[in-house]
Amino acid sequence: MIFIRAIGLTLLLLLGMLLPSNAAEADLRAIIAKFATASNFSAIEAVVHELAATGDRAVERPLAALAEGRLYVRKTDSLVFVGQDGGGGIELLDPLSGEKSGAAAKGDIAKVKVNNTLRRAIRDALGTLTLGAKDPAARIAAAATMFKTPDATNIEPLDAAIANETVASVKALLEQARAASVLVSDRPEADKLAAIALIGARGDRDALSLLTSVEANSEGTVKDGATAAMAKINSTLALWDAGQNIWYGISLGSVLLLAAIGLAITFGVMGVINMAHGEMVMLGAYTTFVVQEVIRSSFPGLFDWSLVIALPLAFLVAAFVGLVIERGVIRFLYGRPLETLLATWGVSLILQQAVRTIFGPTNQEVGNPSWMSGSFDIGQLAVTWNRLWILVFSLCVFAVLLYVMKRTPWGLQMRAVTANRRMAASMGIRTPWVDALTFALGSGIAGIAGVALSQVDNVSPNLGRGYIIDSFMVVVFGGVGNLWGTLVGAFSLGIVNKFLEPYAGAVLGKIVVLVLIILFIQKRPRGLFALKGRAVEA
Amino acid sequence: MRGNFSTITKMVSAGVVAAGLSVSVPARAADDTIKVGILHSLSGTMAISETTLKDAMLMLIDEQNAKGGLLGKKLEAVVVDPASNWPLFAEKARELISKDKVAAVFGCWTSVSRKSVLPVFSELDNILFYPVQYEGEESERNVFYTGAAPNQQAIPAVDYLMSEDGGSVKRWVLEGTDYVYPRTTNKILEAYLKAKGVAAEDIMVNYTPFGFSDWQTEVSAIKKFGSAGKKTAVVSTVNGDANVPFYKELGNQGIKAEDIPVMAFSVGEEELAGLDTAPLVGHLAAWNYFQSVDTPENEKFIADWHKFIKSDKRTTNDPMEAHYVGFNMWVKAVEKAGTTDPDKVIDAVIGVSVPNLTGGYSTMMPNHHITKPVLIGEIQADGQFETVSQTPGLVMGDEWSDYLADSKDLISDWRAPLSCGNFNVATGKCGGKGTN
Repeated sequence: MIFIRAIGLTLLLLLGMLLPSNAAEADLRAIIAKFATASNFSAIEAVVHELAATGDRAVERPLAALAEGRLYVRKTDSLVFVGQDGGGGIELLDPLSGEKSGAAAKGDIAKVKVNNTLRRAIRDALGTLTLGAKDPAARIAAAATMFKTPDATNIEPLDAAIANETVASVKALLEQARAASVLVSDRPEADKLAAIALIGARGDRDALSLLTSVEANSEGTVKDGATAAMAKINSTLALWDAGQNIWYGISLGSVLLLAAIGLAITFGVMGVINMAHGEMVMLGAYTTFVVQEVIRSSFPGLFDWSLVIALPLAFLVAAFVGLVIERGVIRFLYGRPLETLLATWGVSLILQQAVRTIFGPTNQEVGNPSWMSGSFDIGQLAVTWNRLWILVFSLCVFAVLLYVMKRTPWGLQMRAVTANRRMAASMGIRTPWVDALTFALGSGIAGIAGVALSQVDNVSPNLGRGYIIDSFMVVVFGGVGNLWGTLVGAFSLGIVNKFLEPYAGAVLGKIVVLVLIILFIQKRPRGLFALKGRAVEA
Repeated sequence: MRGNFSTITKMVSAGVVAAGLSVSVPARAADDTIKVGILHSLSGTMAISETTLKDAMLMLIDEQNAKGGLLGKKLEAVVVDPASNWPLFAEKARELISKDKVAAVFGCWTSVSRKSVLPVFSELDNILFYPVQYEGEESERNVFYTGAAPNQQAIPAVDYLMSEDGGSVKRWVLEGTDYVYPRTTNKILEAYLKAKGVAAEDIMVNYTPFGFSDWQTEVSAIKKFGSAGKKTAVVSTVNGDANVPFYKELGNQGIKAEDIPVMAFSVGEEELAGLDTAPLVGHLAAWNYFQSVDTPENEKFIADWHKFIKSDKRTTNDPMEAHYVGFNMWVKAVEKAGTTDPDKVIDAVIGVSVPNLTGGYSTMMPNHHITKPVLIGEIQADGQFETVSQTPGLVMGDEWSDYLADSKDLISDWRAPLSCGNFNVATGKCGGKGTN
């Protein structure tokens, strides 16, 4: 340890020698000290600009800390520090060197306040500073900020950066940023037209946004060039929009599929109008919450695995509750749909209120594991990771369920009981047992749907309420008793919904979908894929 | 076995009925108590927000009793559960007033629940303290509005976004849940923005259903609207439950507060509790109180709350502060009138001034609205708000919006001799009509 520390110290000393002269550092410190006296946002912004104007890379640390709200002023001596959470209080670091310089209680230091305007100013300032950074990602970020905030004074540093750039993709971005700056400068028309061509080729919303303001502020050939480039971008974007609607539709469809697939078993196969289905989904989501709480407090390293751990538990919890409901209530009510509906609705209220009593009425926080956060781009289409994983997950659940139903003895028994209960019973199948397990399976599937839905919706006692109508809609539309019907039903409803939404709005879109389904059911009362079975006979 | 299931059905249906029934605290027979009604949903959709308010009221009543009660008598809370069912609100209000003989009622959250109890309160002549920000266009003799009117929340919020500090916003998305509060508020905001010179094509209005959870299309529409080369902001009147998926989608699609800030009117500390706020830092909310407000009164209130609810994690929020202010105003008015008789209290409460939690005093105005400071806060990574702007003084609640043609001539003054909630200054008559 001592040896390593000694090396560290030597390195630090060497680094200290490499740093610019002490006079420059003293200047920086003098500017940073002004944060302590800046009383409002415009005063703080002035200090930020002053720091950025030094052009010294050392100001990155205090500026980044300010943007994150980690820049503090010690009340006793008005010294400025970068803070980081440590132990009970806040650890103070030197704003320039980042060396530890003691700790402070929360009450002894005052945070330098920051708002959106300031954060933007800092981002712009850091953009110019990080143009020469070693990390390509930092250079890409710099190019992106400079593209969004074009300025004639940026052209020269960008020219220098382009000349030094070795990575082709970063170079292209830098050239686009340069083109953006050329458009707001007083360079000759030919330069500007070339810049418009370059930006037009980029073809995304940022380019469109930039060209819109160029078009508004210029005239002659430049204006015409901008108009033409905008028209071209708009036509490609329209195509991407259609693709986007399909993707959103598929994604909504996957959520519907997950919510409905358990119901496709309990309602579709068994014919039980299960109003407590949504609450099984809710129980699954709450199981996820409990698992995450335990992981947060005891095994923080496992957080990214929380959903995987929650899946089997959610299945078991919901399946167990389903089993209890079937044995306790539903088995007495087979063949009496109205009573089943009322009884399961009562059960749903009891479950909701129980969860409300145990966990409280407010939303519970279920975090996204890192592999489910953020998004990536395919062309102009932003695909969010959580939606993509939910789609994959829903298809997996569907495949497994299909396998269980079609390829296992248990599935065979289930189908046999559905097709003809008496015949199945006389063949020696214990039909009540199959009923109970089938209901538990449907409920368990709803539980694991809850794990996935906790990632996109809020985890509150009302969670299930939002899905029950949609689930019934999907199952009825797809054809009662047919898993494939549920799949096709979920995705077609999702896509129709998302195509209607941009034109009709979310409220009207939903109404239109409902009317379409009613009309469809009039025409084909048994849904897309009709199946013979107990549900049909009842 | 056949015999069994009818019993079970009965049990289940009894459970259903029980869920909708009142949980009234057993009434003491003696006259040595003053009863206070609490009319907040403890089950159903709105339980998420209203249960907290019920607890806050119980805490305030406890504290008042610890201080020696009121007029030498103990206060007694009568809690009923209207179960997020609007007609049931009216029934429960009637029960509180006629059966339990409460001196005043603290309750309601949604505008539709308030509208449904209004006739009951005026018929039976009792008092309702309503603690939630609302759309205005109303002033009733029996109702005291301790939440914000649009000019105490929406208008200052938009002003902030238009200011240099707020980013000089030029283009506006008005995103709301489809019901009376967002629709009326957006109508007022649209008129206000147009009066400020914003062109119609720079305003986009969109509504989504209650509990909406698939925000992909809406968020990408916002992104699209925001890429027209002008600074864009979203003003959100999206209701409680739908907010979590809305913010999750904003975070996932990478809409940063520096680029397109979202200013919310219905998102408080409580709603953020269900969210990882790190990707949302910088998005805004406008309220009259934040838990992070640094005053001794607030510090004590939070400490009391944590002690009462037995959890350090529970947050405080704006409607709780409204109940704090409203309850103290009622107490003071009863002391002033020397009786709990609603008629006397209604007259006595006007002009009553009590400390609020943001370091000032709130006063009940003759239009039954109160004076409040307006705070604009930015969401922080710890789920709290940090105040970035505050009105220099207190803002008086304006019940009839000056920006709507139907209501701009109306005023309300419940003092004699005017005693009118909708006096039309243009015609000089009482009985004008608002927009809803």
